Amino acid sequence: MKTYKDTASEIISEFMLFTDWMDKYNYLIELGKALPLIDEQYKTDNYLIAGCQSQVWVKAEYKDGAVYFTADSDAIITRGIVSLLIRALSERPCDEIINADMEFINQIGLREHLSPTRSNGLNAMIKQMKMYALAFKAKYESNKQPESNK
Amino acid sequence: MNDTDLKHIRQQFPILDQQVNGNPLVYFDNAATTQKPKQVIDSLTNYYTKLNSNIHRGVHYLSQLATNAYEESREAVRHLINAKHPHEIIFTRGTTESINLVASSFSKKFLHPGDTVVISGMEHHSNIVPWQIACEERQAQLKVIPINEQGEIIFSEVEKLLDQSCKILAVTHVSNTLGTINDIKQLINMAHAHEIPVLIDGAQAISHIKVDVQALDCDFYCFSGHKMYAPMGVGVLYGKEKILDEMPPYQGGGEMIKTVTFTRTTFNELPFKFEAGTPSVGDVLGLKEAINFIEQTGYGLIEAYESDLLHYGTKKLEQLGYIRIIGTAPQKTSVISFLPGNIHPFDAGTILDKLGIAVRTGHHCTQPLMDFYKISGTVRASFAIYNTKEEIDAMIAALERIKIMFE
Repeated sequence: MKTYKDTASEIISEFMLFTDWMDKYNYLIELGKALPLIDEQYKTDNYLIAGCQSQVWVKAEYKDGAVYFTADSDAIITRGIVSLLIRALSERPCDEIINADMEFINQIGLREHLSPTRSNGLNAMIKQMKMYALAFKAKYESNKQPESNK
Repeated sequence: MNDTDLKHIRQQFPILDQQVNGNPLVYFDNAATTQKPKQVIDSLTNYYTKLNSNIHRGVHYLSQLATNAYEESREAVRHLINAKHPHEIIFTRGTTESINLVASSFSKKFLHPGDTVVISGMEHHSNIVPWQIACEERQAQLKVIPINEQGEIIFSEVEKLLDQSCKILAVTHVSNTLGTINDIKQLINMAHAHEIPVLIDGAQAISHIKVDVQALDCDFYCFSGHKMYAPMGVGVLYGKEKILDEMPPYQGGGEMIKTVTFTRTTFNELPFKFEAGTPSVGDVLGLKEAINFIEQTGYGLIEAYESDLLHYGTKKLEQLGYIRIIGTAPQKTSVISFLPGNIHPFDAGTILDKLGIAVRTGHHCTQPLMDFYKISGTVRASFAIYNTKEEIDAMIAALERIKIMFE
Protein backbone atom coordinates (compact mmCIF):
# COMPACT_ATOMS: atom_id res chain seq x y z
CA MET A 1 0.00 0.00 0.00
CA LYS A 2 1.16 3.53 -0.80
CA THR A 3 2.34 5.69 2.07
CA TYR A 4 1.21 9.27 2.72
CA LYS A 5 4.45 10.47 1.13
CA ASP A 6 3.81 8.39 -2.03
CA THR A 7 0.31 9.77 -2.40
CA ALA A 8 1.46 13.32 -1.73
CA SER A 9 4.11 13.08 -4.49
CA GLU A 10 1.53 11.52 -6.79
CA ILE A 11 -0.83 14.49 -6.28
CA ILE A 12 2.04 16.93 -6.84
CA SER A 13 2.95 15.30 -10.18
CA GLU A 14 -0.69 15.35 -11.28
CA PHE A 15 -0.94 19.06 -10.59
CA MET A 16 2.33 19.73 -12.42
CA LEU A 17 0.48 18.91 -15.63
CA PHE A 18 -1.64 22.03 -15.28
CA THR A 19 -0.10 25.06 -16.85
CA ASP A 20 -2.63 27.64 -15.71
CA TRP A 21 -4.96 28.14 -12.78
CA MET A 22 -8.03 27.53 -14.94
CA ASP A 23 -7.05 23.91 -15.62
CA LYS A 24 -6.21 23.40 -11.98
CA TYR A 25 -9.57 24.70 -10.81
CA ASN A 26 -11.43 22.79 -13.48
CA TYR A 27 -9.74 19.66 -12.13
CA LEU A 28 -10.73 20.55 -8.55
CA ILE A 29 -14.31 21.13 -9.71
CA GLU A 30 -14.25 17.75 -11.46
CA LEU A 31 -12.97 16.08 -8.28
CA GLY A 32 -15.58 17.96 -6.28
CA LYS A 33 -18.42 16.89 -8.55
CA ALA A 34 -17.36 13.28 -8.91
CA LEU A 35 -17.13 11.83 -5.46
CA PRO A 36 -19.90 10.91 -3.09
CA LEU A 37 -17.77 11.74 -0.10
CA ILE A 38 -19.98 11.08 2.87
CA ASP A 39 -23.26 9.36 3.55
CA GLU A 40 -26.05 12.01 3.60
CA GLN A 41 -27.18 10.89 7.07
CA TYR A 42 -23.88 12.11 8.52
CA LYS A 43 -24.19 15.64 7.12
CA THR A 44 -25.36 16.88 10.51
CA ASP A 45 -24.09 19.36 13.06
CA ASN A 46 -22.27 16.52 14.86
CA TYR A 47 -19.89 16.14 11.95
CA LEU A 48 -19.86 19.77 10.86
CA ILE A 49 -16.77 21.95 10.83
CA ALA A 50 -18.18 25.44 10.49
CA GLY A 51 -16.21 27.79 8.30
CA CYS A 52 -17.14 31.38 7.67
CA GLN A 53 -17.84 30.71 4.00
CA SER A 54 -18.24 27.06 3.19
CA GLN A 55 -19.03 24.18 5.49
CA VAL A 56 -17.24 20.86 5.80
CA TRP A 57 -18.46 17.62 7.31
CA VAL A 58 -15.97 14.96 8.42
CA LYS A 59 -16.54 11.49 9.80
CA ALA A 60 -13.86 9.02 10.90
CA GLU A 61 -13.86 5.30 11.65
CA TYR A 62 -11.13 3.07 13.04
CA LYS A 63 -10.73 -0.36 11.51
CA ASP A 64 -7.85 -2.85 11.71
CA GLY A 65 -5.27 -0.30 12.75
CA ALA A 66 -6.22 2.38 10.22
CA VAL A 67 -8.45 5.46 10.15
CA TYR A 68 -11.08 5.75 7.41
CA PHE A 69 -12.32 9.25 6.64
CA THR A 70 -15.39 10.38 4.77
CA ALA A 71 -16.18 14.07 4.26
CA ASP A 72 -18.06 16.62 2.21
CA SER A 73 -18.55 20.34 1.69
CA ASP A 74 -21.34 22.54 0.35
CA ALA A 75 -18.90 24.37 -1.97
CA ILE A 76 -17.53 22.45 -4.95
CA ILE A 77 -13.98 23.82 -4.90
CA THR A 78 -13.76 23.04 -1.19
CA ARG A 79 -15.12 19.56 -1.97
CA GLY A 80 -12.38 19.08 -4.54
CA ILE A 81 -9.74 19.95 -1.99
CA VAL A 82 -11.49 17.80 0.62
CA SER A 83 -11.22 14.84 -1.73
CA LEU A 84 -7.45 15.43 -2.00
CA LEU A 85 -7.13 15.54 1.79
CA ILE A 86 -9.01 12.25 2.05
CA ARG A 87 -6.86 10.68 -0.61
CA ALA A 88 -3.77 11.79 1.33
CA LEU A 89 -4.87 10.81 4.83
CA SER A 90 -7.56 8.14 4.72
CA GLU A 91 -6.91 4.44 5.29
CA ARG A 92 -3.67 5.11 7.11
CA PRO A 93 -2.32 4.25 10.55
CA CYS A 94 -2.83 6.90 13.23
CA ASP A 95 0.82 7.89 13.46
CA GLU A 96 1.12 8.42 9.74
CA ILE A 97 -1.85 10.80 9.85
CA ILE A 98 -0.58 12.62 12.92
CA ASN A 99 2.85 13.10 11.35
CA ALA A 100 1.70 14.06 7.83
CA ASP A 101 3.21 17.47 6.98
CA MET A 102 0.51 18.38 4.38
CA GLU A 103 3.21 20.24 2.48
CA PHE A 104 1.74 19.06 -0.85
CA ILE A 105 -1.08 21.60 -0.49
CA ASN A 106 1.49 24.40 -0.78
CA GLN A 107 3.32 22.67 -3.59
CA ILE A 108 0.24 22.36 -5.76
CA GLY A 109 -0.48 26.05 -5.22
CA LEU A 110 -3.53 25.80 -2.99
CA ARG A 111 -1.93 27.37 0.06
CA GLU A 112 -4.36 30.31 -0.12
CA HIS A 113 -7.19 27.92 0.67
CA LEU A 114 -5.57 27.10 3.98
CA SER A 115 -4.96 30.71 5.02
CA PRO A 116 -7.13 31.92 7.89
CA THR A 117 -8.69 34.62 5.68
CA ARG A 118 -10.45 32.00 3.58
CA SER A 119 -12.17 30.59 6.63
CA ASN A 120 -13.53 27.75 4.59
CA GLY A 121 -13.09 25.05 7.16
CA LEU A 122 -10.16 23.33 5.45
CA ASN A 123 -7.63 24.26 8.11
CA ALA A 124 -10.04 23.13 10.77
CA MET A 125 -10.69 19.97 8.75
CA ILE A 126 -7.02 18.95 8.72
CA LYS A 127 -6.83 19.67 12.44
CA GLN A 128 -9.96 17.59 13.01
CA MET A 129 -8.59 14.65 10.97
CA LYS A 130 -5.42 14.68 13.04
CA MET A 131 -7.46 14.92 16.25
CA TYR A 132 -9.43 11.84 15.21
CA ALA A 133 -6.15 9.98 14.64
CA LEU A 134 -4.88 11.09 18.04
CA ALA A 135 -8.12 10.07 19.74
CA PHE A 136 -8.19 6.65 18.06
CA LYS A 137 -4.56 6.15 18.96
CA ALA A 138 -5.28 6.89 22.61
CA LYS A 139 -8.38 4.70 22.62
CA TYR A 140 -7.26 1.63 20.69
CA GLU A 141 -3.50 1.68 20.73
CA SER A 142 -2.59 2.87 24.24
CA ASN A 143 -2.13 -0.71 25.52
CA LYS A 144 0.40 -1.50 22.86
CA GLN A 145 3.77 -1.29 24.55
CA PRO A 146 6.95 -0.67 22.60
CA GLU A 147 8.94 -3.90 22.00
CA SER A 148 11.71 -3.03 24.44
CA ASN A 149 9.28 -2.79 27.39
CA LYS A 150 7.85 -6.24 26.95
CA MET B 1 -19.90 62.15 -14.33
CA ASN B 2 -18.01 62.23 -17.64
CA ASP B 3 -15.01 60.08 -18.54
CA THR B 4 -12.51 62.84 -17.79
CA ASP B 5 -13.88 63.35 -14.28
CA LEU B 6 -13.88 59.62 -13.65
CA LYS B 7 -10.32 59.31 -14.89
CA HIS B 8 -9.34 62.16 -12.61
CA ILE B 9 -10.91 60.42 -9.61
CA ARG B 10 -9.33 57.05 -10.43
CA GLN B 11 -5.91 58.68 -10.76
CA GLN B 12 -6.16 59.72 -7.13
CA PHE B 13 -6.27 56.06 -6.04
CA PRO B 14 -2.84 54.57 -6.84
CA ILE B 15 -3.80 51.08 -5.60
CA LEU B 16 -6.34 50.63 -8.42
CA ASP B 17 -3.63 50.64 -11.06
CA GLN B 18 -2.44 47.06 -10.72
CA GLN B 19 -2.92 43.53 -12.01
CA VAL B 20 -4.26 40.69 -9.90
CA ASN B 21 -3.64 37.19 -11.21
CA GLY B 22 -2.81 38.70 -14.58
CA ASN B 23 -6.02 40.74 -14.83
CA PRO B 24 -6.68 44.40 -14.07
CA LEU B 25 -7.84 44.72 -10.46
CA VAL B 26 -11.57 45.29 -10.10
CA TYR B 27 -12.19 46.30 -6.51
CA PHE B 28 -15.82 45.69 -5.53
CA ASP B 29 -15.32 45.16 -1.79
CA ASN B 30 -15.91 48.76 -0.82
CA ALA B 31 -18.49 47.98 1.85
CA ALA B 32 -15.70 46.15 3.70
CA THR B 33 -13.21 48.98 3.23
CA THR B 34 -12.64 51.64 0.60
CA GLN B 35 -9.31 52.41 -1.02
CA LYS B 36 -7.48 55.58 -0.07
CA PRO B 37 -6.88 58.64 -2.25
CA LYS B 38 -3.37 60.00 -2.61
CA GLN B 39 -4.08 63.02 -0.39
CA VAL B 40 -4.91 60.65 2.50
CA ILE B 41 -1.79 58.54 1.92
CA ASP B 42 0.33 61.70 1.66
CA SER B 43 -1.08 63.07 4.89
CA LEU B 44 0.06 59.92 6.73
CA THR B 45 3.56 60.30 5.32
CA ASN B 46 3.56 63.99 6.16
CA TYR B 47 2.44 63.33 9.72
CA TYR B 48 5.18 60.81 10.43
CA THR B 49 7.77 62.85 8.52
CA LYS B 50 7.05 66.23 10.07
CA LEU B 51 4.54 66.24 12.90
CA ASN B 52 4.60 63.04 14.95
CA SER B 53 4.24 63.84 18.60
CA ASN B 54 1.92 63.02 21.47
CA ILE B 55 -0.95 65.43 21.72
CA HIS B 56 -2.66 67.60 24.32
CA ARG B 57 0.04 67.31 26.99
CA GLY B 58 3.28 68.47 25.48
CA VAL B 59 4.35 72.11 25.69
CA HIS B 60 6.82 71.66 22.89
CA TYR B 61 6.48 72.80 19.31
CA LEU B 62 5.67 69.47 17.63
CA SER B 63 3.11 68.51 20.25
CA GLN B 64 1.30 71.78 19.71
CA LEU B 65 1.31 71.38 15.95
CA ALA B 66 0.00 67.80 16.23
CA THR B 67 -2.62 68.87 18.79
CA ASN B 68 -3.83 71.67 16.54
CA ALA B 69 -4.03 69.34 13.55
CA TYR B 70 -5.90 66.73 15.61
CA GLU B 71 -8.46 69.29 16.79
CA GLU B 72 -8.82 70.59 13.22
CA SER B 73 -9.85 67.04 12.25
CA ARG B 74 -12.48 67.09 14.96
CA GLU B 75 -13.82 70.33 13.55
CA ALA B 76 -13.81 68.80 10.03
CA VAL B 77 -15.92 65.88 11.28
CA ARG B 78 -18.26 68.28 13.08
CA HIS B 79 -18.70 70.20 9.85
CA LEU B 80 -19.19 67.04 7.78
CA ILE B 81 -22.13 65.79 9.84
CA ASN B 82 -23.27 69.25 11.01
CA ALA B 83 -22.94 68.54 14.72
CA LYS B 84 -23.62 71.48 17.02
CA HIS B 85 -20.31 71.33 18.92
CA PRO B 86 -16.86 69.88 18.21
CA HIS B 87 -16.81 68.25 21.66
CA GLU B 88 -19.76 66.09 20.57
CA ILE B 89 -17.28 64.29 18.27
CA ILE B 90 -15.42 61.46 20.03
CA PHE B 91 -12.61 59.74 18.14
CA THR B 92 -12.64 55.95 18.45
CA ARG B 93 -11.01 53.08 16.55
CA GLY B 94 -14.08 52.49 14.42
CA THR B 95 -17.83 51.95 14.37
CA THR B 96 -17.51 48.78 16.44
CA GLU B 97 -15.72 50.62 19.22
CA SER B 98 -18.19 53.53 19.02
CA ILE B 99 -21.15 51.20 19.51
CA ASN B 100 -19.37 49.28 22.27
CA LEU B 101 -18.66 52.56 24.03
CA VAL B 102 -22.33 53.53 24.04
CA ALA B 103 -23.60 50.02 24.81
CA SER B 104 -21.28 49.81 27.80
CA SER B 105 -21.41 53.36 29.17
CA PHE B 106 -25.04 54.26 28.39
CA SER B 107 -26.22 50.94 29.79
CA LYS B 108 -24.40 51.41 33.10
CA LYS B 109 -26.38 54.57 33.67
CA PHE B 110 -29.69 53.99 31.94
CA LEU B 111 -30.34 50.26 31.47
CA HIS B 112 -31.92 48.35 34.35
CA PRO B 113 -33.36 44.88 34.96
CA GLY B 114 -36.51 44.37 32.91
CA ASP B 115 -35.66 47.14 30.40
CA THR B 116 -35.31 46.48 26.68
CA VAL B 117 -32.97 47.50 23.89
CA VAL B 118 -34.51 47.52 20.40
CA ILE B 119 -32.52 46.80 17.22
CA SER B 120 -33.57 45.73 13.71
CA GLY B 121 -33.36 42.38 11.94
CA MET B 122 -30.75 43.63 9.46
CA GLU B 123 -28.05 44.70 11.92
CA HIS B 124 -24.36 43.93 11.54
CA HIS B 125 -22.99 41.78 14.38
CA SER B 126 -21.34 44.99 15.66
CA ASN B 127 -24.77 46.43 16.43
CA ILE B 128 -26.06 43.19 17.95
CA VAL B 129 -23.34 41.70 20.14
CA PRO B 130 -22.44 44.81 22.22
CA TRP B 131 -26.14 45.14 23.11
CA GLN B 132 -26.42 41.43 23.93
CA ILE B 133 -23.49 41.81 26.31
CA ALA B 134 -25.03 44.93 27.87
CA CYS B 135 -28.43 43.26 28.22
CA GLU B 136 -26.88 40.24 29.88
CA GLU B 137 -24.99 42.42 32.35
CA ARG B 138 -28.00 44.58 33.15
CA GLN B 139 -30.58 41.74 33.05
CA ALA B 140 -32.35 43.54 30.23
CA GLN B 141 -33.78 42.11 27.03
CA LEU B 142 -32.87 42.60 23.37
CA LYS B 143 -35.83 42.98 21.00
CA VAL B 144 -35.74 42.95 17.23
CA ILE B 145 -37.82 44.88 14.68
CA PRO B 146 -38.69 42.42 11.90
CA ILE B 147 -37.93 43.09 8.23
CA ASN B 148 -39.77 42.12 5.05
CA GLU B 149 -38.61 40.05 2.06
CA GLN B 150 -37.34 43.15 0.20
CA GLY B 151 -35.10 43.86 3.16
CA GLU B 152 -36.97 46.79 4.69
CA ILE B 153 -37.94 47.51 8.27
CA ILE B 154 -41.62 46.73 8.88
CA PHE B 155 -42.71 50.05 10.30
CA SER B 156 -46.04 48.77 11.60
CA GLU B 157 -44.06 46.56 14.01
CA VAL B 158 -41.89 49.37 15.37
CA GLU B 159 -44.46 51.07 17.56
CA LYS B 160 -45.20 47.85 19.47
CA LEU B 161 -41.59 47.62 20.63
CA LEU B 162 -41.25 51.26 21.69
CA ASP B 163 -42.95 50.80 25.03
CA GLN B 164 -42.01 52.01 28.52
CA SER B 165 -39.37 49.31 28.92
CA CYS B 166 -37.41 50.42 25.84
CA LYS B 167 -34.39 52.48 26.86
CA ILE B 168 -32.63 52.83 23.50
CA LEU B 169 -33.27 52.11 19.83
CA ALA B 170 -30.13 51.13 17.86
CA VAL B 171 -30.49 50.73 14.09
CA THR B 172 -28.35 50.86 11.03
CA HIS B 173 -28.65 53.72 8.55
CA VAL B 174 -27.73 51.45 5.65
CA SER B 175 -27.58 47.63 5.66
CA ASN B 176 -24.07 46.37 4.86
CA THR B 177 -25.47 43.20 3.30
CA LEU B 178 -28.57 44.47 1.51
CA GLY B 179 -27.77 48.11 0.84
CA THR B 180 -31.19 49.14 2.16
CA ILE B 181 -31.32 52.79 3.24
CA ASN B 182 -33.56 52.89 6.28
CA ASP B 183 -35.88 55.82 6.88
CA ILE B 184 -34.05 56.67 10.07
CA LYS B 185 -35.71 60.09 10.34
CA GLN B 186 -39.06 58.39 10.79
CA LEU B 187 -37.62 55.89 13.30
CA ILE B 188 -36.01 58.70 15.29
CA ASN B 189 -39.30 60.65 15.37
CA MET B 190 -41.19 57.57 16.51
CA ALA B 191 -38.68 56.83 19.28
CA HIS B 192 -38.48 60.43 20.41
CA ALA B 193 -42.27 60.54 20.74
CA HIS B 194 -41.66 58.13 23.63
CA GLU B 195 -38.50 59.95 24.77
CA ILE B 196 -36.36 56.97 23.71
CA PRO B 197 -32.85 57.90 22.53
CA VAL B 198 -31.63 56.55 19.18
CA LEU B 199 -28.22 55.30 18.07
CA ILE B 200 -27.57 55.12 14.34
CA ASP B 201 -24.90 52.81 12.91
CA GLY B 202 -23.72 54.93 10.01
CA ALA B 203 -20.77 52.76 8.89
CA GLN B 204 -22.33 52.00 5.51
CA ALA B 205 -23.89 55.42 4.97
CA ILE B 206 -21.22 58.02 5.54
CA SER B 207 -19.33 57.59 2.26
CA HIS B 208 -22.55 57.57 0.21
CA ILE B 209 -25.12 59.87 1.81
CA LYS B 210 -24.98 63.40 3.24
CA VAL B 211 -25.62 63.08 6.98
CA ASP B 212 -26.90 65.96 9.10
CA VAL B 213 -27.13 64.87 12.73
CA GLN B 214 -29.02 67.99 13.79
CA ALA B 215 -31.66 67.57 11.09
CA LEU B 216 -31.95 63.86 11.93
CA ASP B 217 -31.95 64.70 15.64
CA CYS B 218 -30.33 61.31 16.42
CA ASP B 219 -28.74 60.97 19.86
CA PHE B 220 -25.73 58.97 18.65
CA TYR B 221 -24.26 58.45 15.18
CA CYS B 222 -21.34 56.06 14.63
CA PHE B 223 -19.04 55.53 11.66
CA SER B 224 -15.59 54.30 10.62
CA GLY B 225 -12.95 56.23 8.75
CA HIS B 226 -11.75 53.32 6.67
CA LYS B 227 -15.10 52.91 4.90
CA MET B 228 -14.99 56.56 3.81
CA TYR B 229 -11.58 56.72 2.13
CA ALA B 230 -9.71 57.39 5.42
CA PRO B 231 -7.07 55.19 7.07
CA MET B 232 -7.98 52.18 9.17
CA GLY B 233 -7.83 52.69 12.90
CA VAL B 234 -10.02 55.75 13.31
CA GLY B 235 -13.73 56.02 13.85
CA VAL B 236 -16.24 58.51 15.17
CA LEU B 237 -18.89 58.56 17.82
CA TYR B 238 -21.17 61.55 17.61
CA GLY B 239 -23.33 62.02 20.70
CA LYS B 240 -25.48 64.86 21.87
CA GLU B 241 -23.65 66.85 24.54
CA LYS B 242 -26.35 66.37 27.17
CA ILE B 243 -26.45 62.58 26.96
CA LEU B 244 -22.66 62.21 26.69
CA ASP B 245 -22.27 64.37 29.80
CA GLU B 246 -24.57 62.08 31.74
CA MET B 247 -22.74 58.90 30.70
CA PRO B 248 -19.86 57.48 32.77
CA PRO B 249 -16.40 57.04 31.18
CA TYR B 250 -15.83 53.90 29.08
CA GLN B 251 -12.11 53.24 29.50
CA GLY B 252 -9.86 54.70 32.16
CA GLY B 253 -6.34 55.99 31.56
CA GLY B 254 -4.48 59.05 30.43
CA GLU B 255 -6.16 61.97 28.71
CA MET B 256 -9.59 61.24 30.18
CA ILE B 257 -8.78 62.42 33.70
CA LYS B 258 -8.77 65.79 35.44
CA THR B 259 -7.10 64.78 38.71
CA VAL B 260 -5.96 61.40 40.01
CA THR B 261 -5.13 60.36 43.57
CA PHE B 262 -5.07 56.80 44.85
CA THR B 263 -8.43 57.34 46.48
CA ARG B 264 -10.31 59.30 43.84
CA THR B 265 -10.19 60.36 40.23
CA THR B 266 -12.11 63.18 38.64
CA PHE B 267 -12.80 62.94 34.97
CA ASN B 268 -12.01 65.30 32.15
CA GLU B 269 -14.73 67.04 30.20
CA LEU B 270 -16.01 66.17 26.76
CA PRO B 271 -14.69 64.95 24.39
CA PHE B 272 -11.60 63.87 26.36
CA LYS B 273 -13.62 61.95 28.96
CA PHE B 274 -14.15 59.28 26.29
CA GLU B 275 -10.70 59.40 24.68
CA ALA B 276 -8.50 57.47 27.10
CA GLY B 277 -4.93 56.83 26.04
CA THR B 278 -2.97 58.07 23.05
CA PRO B 279 -5.21 58.18 20.00
CA SER B 280 -4.21 57.23 16.47
CA VAL B 281 -3.26 60.80 15.64
CA GLY B 282 -1.90 60.18 12.14
CA ASP B 283 -5.07 58.32 11.16
CA VAL B 284 -7.26 61.09 12.58
CA LEU B 285 -5.36 63.57 10.38
CA GLY B 286 -5.89 61.23 7.44
CA LEU B 287 -9.61 61.28 8.17
CA LYS B 288 -9.63 65.04 7.64
CA GLU B 289 -8.10 64.56 4.19
CA ALA B 290 -10.72 61.90 3.39
CA ILE B 291 -13.42 64.39 4.38
CA ASN B 292 -11.76 66.93 2.08
CA PHE B 293 -11.84 64.36 -0.71
CA ILE B 294 -15.56 63.69 -0.17
CA GLU B 295 -16.43 67.37 0.09
CA GLN B 296 -14.37 68.25 -2.98
CA THR B 297 -16.09 65.48 -4.93
CA GLY B 298 -19.46 66.42 -3.44
CA TYR B 299 -22.20 64.19 -2.05
CA GLY B 300 -24.45 65.22 -4.94
CA LEU B 301 -22.09 63.75 -7.51
CA ILE B 302 -21.33 60.70 -5.33
CA GLU B 303 -25.01 59.85 -4.85
CA ALA B 304 -25.88 60.36 -8.51
CA TYR B 305 -22.95 58.38 -9.88
CA GLU B 306 -23.16 55.50 -7.40
CA SER B 307 -26.89 55.23 -8.01
CA ASP B 308 -26.09 54.97 -11.71
CA LEU B 309 -23.64 52.11 -10.98
CA LEU B 310 -26.20 50.39 -8.75
CA HIS B 311 -28.90 50.43 -11.42
CA TYR B 312 -26.53 49.42 -14.19
CA GLY B 313 -25.13 46.53 -12.12
CA THR B 314 -28.59 45.39 -11.03
CA LYS B 315 -29.90 45.44 -14.60
CA LYS B 316 -26.88 43.54 -15.95
CA LEU B 317 -27.14 40.88 -13.25
CA GLU B 318 -30.87 40.48 -13.84
CA GLN B 319 -30.23 40.05 -17.56
CA LEU B 320 -28.11 36.96 -16.81
CA GLY B 321 -31.39 35.27 -15.91
CA TYR B 322 -30.20 33.02 -13.09
CA ILE B 323 -29.15 35.56 -10.46
CA ARG B 324 -31.17 36.01 -7.27
CA ILE B 325 -30.64 39.45 -5.76
CA ILE B 326 -30.93 39.57 -1.97
CA GLY B 327 -32.14 43.00 -0.89
CA THR B 328 -34.52 44.66 -3.32
CA ALA B 329 -35.63 47.75 -1.40
CA PRO B 330 -36.30 50.77 -3.65
CA GLN B 331 -33.94 52.90 -1.54
CA LYS B 332 -30.46 51.38 -1.69
CA THR B 333 -26.82 52.42 -1.69
CA SER B 334 -24.46 50.88 -4.26
CA VAL B 335 -24.45 47.39 -2.71
CA ILE B 336 -25.64 44.29 -4.56
CA SER B 337 -25.84 40.99 -2.70
CA PHE B 338 -26.70 38.02 -4.90
CA LEU B 339 -26.72 34.27 -5.37
CA PRO B 340 -25.29 33.09 -8.69
CA GLY B 341 -27.87 30.37 -9.39
CA ASN B 342 -26.90 27.10 -7.73
CA ILE B 343 -23.25 28.02 -7.52
CA HIS B 344 -21.97 28.39 -3.96
CA PRO B 345 -20.91 31.99 -3.18
CA PHE B 346 -17.51 30.73 -2.06
CA ASP B 347 -16.96 28.97 -5.40
CA ALA B 348 -17.99 32.05 -7.35
CA GLY B 349 -15.85 34.32 -5.15
CA THR B 350 -12.81 32.08 -5.57
CA ILE B 351 -12.97 32.17 -9.37
CA LEU B 352 -13.84 35.91 -9.45
CA ASP B 353 -10.66 36.45 -7.43
CA LYS B 354 -8.66 34.44 -9.98
CA LEU B 355 -10.03 36.83 -12.60
CA GLY B 356 -8.88 39.86 -10.60
CA ILE B 357 -12.31 40.77 -9.24
CA ALA B 358 -12.50 41.40 -5.49
CA VAL B 359 -15.93 40.75 -4.01
CA ARG B 360 -16.98 39.64 -0.55
CA THR B 361 -18.59 36.27 -0.07
CA GLY B 362 -20.16 34.79 3.04
CA HIS B 363 -22.60 36.03 5.65
CA HIS B 364 -21.10 39.56 5.88
CA CYS B 365 -21.28 39.50 9.69
CA THR B 366 -25.08 39.39 9.51
CA GLN B 367 -25.87 35.77 10.38
CA PRO B 368 -29.41 36.51 11.68
CA LEU B 369 -30.17 38.16 8.33
CA MET B 370 -28.90 35.08 6.46
CA ASP B 371 -31.17 32.96 8.69
CA PHE B 372 -34.09 35.22 7.73
CA TYR B 373 -33.45 34.57 4.02
CA LYS B 374 -32.63 30.90 4.78
CA ILE B 375 -29.30 31.12 2.96
CA SER B 376 -25.75 30.55 4.14
CA GLY B 377 -24.23 33.53 2.39
CA THR B 378 -24.16 35.71 -0.70
CA VAL B 379 -21.73 37.24 -3.15
CA ARG B 380 -21.61 40.96 -2.45
CA ALA B 381 -20.41 43.55 -4.95
CA SER B 382 -20.23 47.03 -3.43
CA PHE B 383 -19.28 50.07 -5.49
CA ALA B 384 -17.44 53.28 -4.65
CA ILE B 385 -17.00 56.55 -6.50
CA TYR B 386 -13.97 55.22 -8.45
CA ASN B 387 -15.70 52.13 -9.90
CA THR B 388 -16.81 51.99 -13.53
CA LYS B 389 -19.43 50.37 -15.73
CA GLU B 390 -16.61 48.62 -17.60
CA GLU B 391 -15.66 46.94 -14.33
CA ILE B 392 -19.26 45.80 -13.87
CA ASP B 393 -19.12 44.38 -17.41
CA ALA B 394 -15.95 42.49 -16.43
CA MET B 395 -17.76 40.97 -13.45
CA ILE B 396 -20.72 39.96 -15.62
CA ALA B 397 -18.38 38.30 -18.15
CA ALA B 398 -16.62 36.52 -15.30
CA LEU B 399 -19.93 35.25 -13.91
CA GLU B 400 -20.86 33.83 -17.32
CA ARG B 401 -17.53 32.02 -17.43
CA ILE B 402 -18.07 30.71 -13.90
CA LYS B 403 -21.51 29.40 -14.84
CA ILE B 404 -19.94 27.30 -17.60
CA MET B 405 -17.18 26.03 -15.30
CA PHE B 406 -19.58 24.78 -12.65
CA GLU B 407 -22.25 23.35 -14.90
